[in-house]
Amino acid sequence: MSANLTHEETEALIQEVLEVYPEKAKKDRAKHLAVNDQEVEQSKKCITSNRKSLPGVMTIRGCAYAGSKGVVWGPIKDMIHISHGPVGCGQYSRAGRRNYYVGTTGINTFGTMNFTSDFQEKDIVFGGDKKLSKIMLEIEELFPLNKGITIQSECPIGLIGDDIEAVAKQTTKAIEKPVVPVRCEGFRGVSQSLGHHIANDAVRDWVLHNRDNDAFDGTPYDVTIIGDYNIGGDAWSSRTLLEEMGLRVIAQWSGDGTLAEMENTPKAKLNLLHCYRSMNYISRHMEEKYGIPWKEYNFFGPTKIAESLREIAAFFDDTIKENAEKVIEKYKAEYQAVIDKYKPRLEGKRVMLYVGGLRPRHIIGAYEDLGMEVVGTGYEFAHNDDYDRTIKEMGNATLIYDDVTGYEFEEFVKKVKPDLIGSGIKEKYIFQKMGIPFRQMHSWDYSGPYHGYDGFAIFAKDMDTTLNNPCWSKVKVPWLAEDEEDVSVAASA
Amino acid sequence: MPNVMIRIKDNGALLFYIAKKDQEDEIATVEKDTDNEWGGEVELTDGSKYYIDPITPKPSFPTTLRFKRA
Ligand code: SF4
Repeated sequence: MSANLTHEETEALIQEVLEVYPEKAKKDRAKHLAVNDQEVEQSKKCITSNRKSLPGVMTIRGCAYAGSKGVVWGPIKDMIHISHGPVGCGQYSRAGRRNYYVGTTGINTFGTMNFTSDFQEKDIVFGGDKKLSKIMLEIEELFPLNKGITIQSECPIGLIGDDIEAVAKQTTKAIEKPVVPVRCEGFRGVSQSLGHHIANDAVRDWVLHNRDNDAFDGTPYDVTIIGDYNIGGDAWSSRTLLEEMGLRVIAQWSGDGTLAEMENTPKAKLNLLHCYRSMNYISRHMEEKYGIPWKEYNFFGPTKIAESLREIAAFFDDTIKENAEKVIEKYKAEYQAVIDKYKPRLEGKRVMLYVGGLRPRHIIGAYEDLGMEVVGTGYEFAHNDDYDRTIKEMGNATLIYDDVTGYEFEEFVKKVKPDLIGSGIKEKYIFQKMGIPFRQMHSWDYSGPYHGYDGFAIFAKDMDTTLNNPCWSKVKVPWLAEDEEDVSVAASA
Repeated sequence: MPNVMIRIKDNGALLFYIAKKDQEDEIATVEKDTDNEWGGEVELTDGSKYYIDPITPKPSFPTTLRFKRA
């Protein structure tokens, strides 16, 4: 294990890594790399984010379609989401996010299926509106239990100027169900982030107000879970805690969620927001239009869970506050046992993260509960407000990287020598071949849930089995095998 | 002329949120802030200034307003 870098050393490391770039690229990339300083109040003073990635650097971002279809809309299980355009965008991303749900796929839920209008040359030349309306009627016939349809535009739709809004309105009349056109063409914006925003706006414009005039049997304890995609069951392990506290969860956005839940959300007393990045827009809208307050929370690791439960309870009466304490007390033996078991095996280990959404800051507490330290973190598609929230969570002199390039990430890792890296599938095999333990932290590496107390136990076990796996010392890439010293450095890293 | 959503923060301060820029800043001072008037020059904690013609009566927050750069 190597010692942590000082502020100056980290600064020097950034300069060293930037050295290989041509002048212009160097100037641009320098703005996206920073040494953390908890004194800084506003992140915009030290880091630039949400800018277009320049051609020539390997970026790890997705597109607006991925943000809308893949993240926000896709998990709404009882609607059918058409990937409108050529077949690839939907097919290659099908079911990859592991948003779990309950239901019979193909009958009343459709989460893991891929619906596409499969554009051909003639559709590009003559337009695809007729085809779209035809397939929606066909869907209605084949899957009558669907509750509605969304049209997720892929790149060509915006380019050829199809009028999907008109088709949507027409079809809504014909099938008497909501049909939502979403203008999330992949070329919009700089990353998947704009796709989240566009998807939020589509919810606002086409769905949210549908039941405004309907009666609803409400209670003073109605809350919603917003921005939890139920990856590996995350929303379920969160929901149980809220329910044990005496709250009633009336909607899950959007993991294991339904159209009806979305439409009923304006009846809630409090919106609980987990992934700020992808759903703050709709939360702000509901606060303004319906007066529903929203609260950001963090269900990773017992320290943050207890903090969040108390903060959530503070919105309600004393019974709920007492219940929150009871819930924390109830799980104490359980999570303490997890800590007692794994902390000795993980203590002092250093982690580097590079993910999206909320994780680069939210998971830090869970690692700290296990005695580990996050020494570098970064987001694929964050904005200033995300970094504002990150600075306080990270230690001083740690590395922060925005939209990191493949080259920068590798060089940082070589110098910082973390004991564990948490990032995506594209990074996984590079670092594993370098002999560094790696967890794929987008979909929990086929594991999960990681939220809640139940999730924490799984998280701790996963980190232990990855980090302390004896295989890492056996990894010797052929071109380093002769240079024994290099290998042992990489292996102990 | 950005559209700005103003909401009350947990600490009671007013949050100045420019959706287009995903910028969240606290409001430091408001030129006119009484029960029947709100607006004028608004200064944020980062020193930047915006202007809105005073609104009567004081609006209830959160609300979205159109500001000019001052
Ligand atoms: S960028 Fe365009 S073509 Fe590529 S996956 Fe996204 S929507 Fe499809």
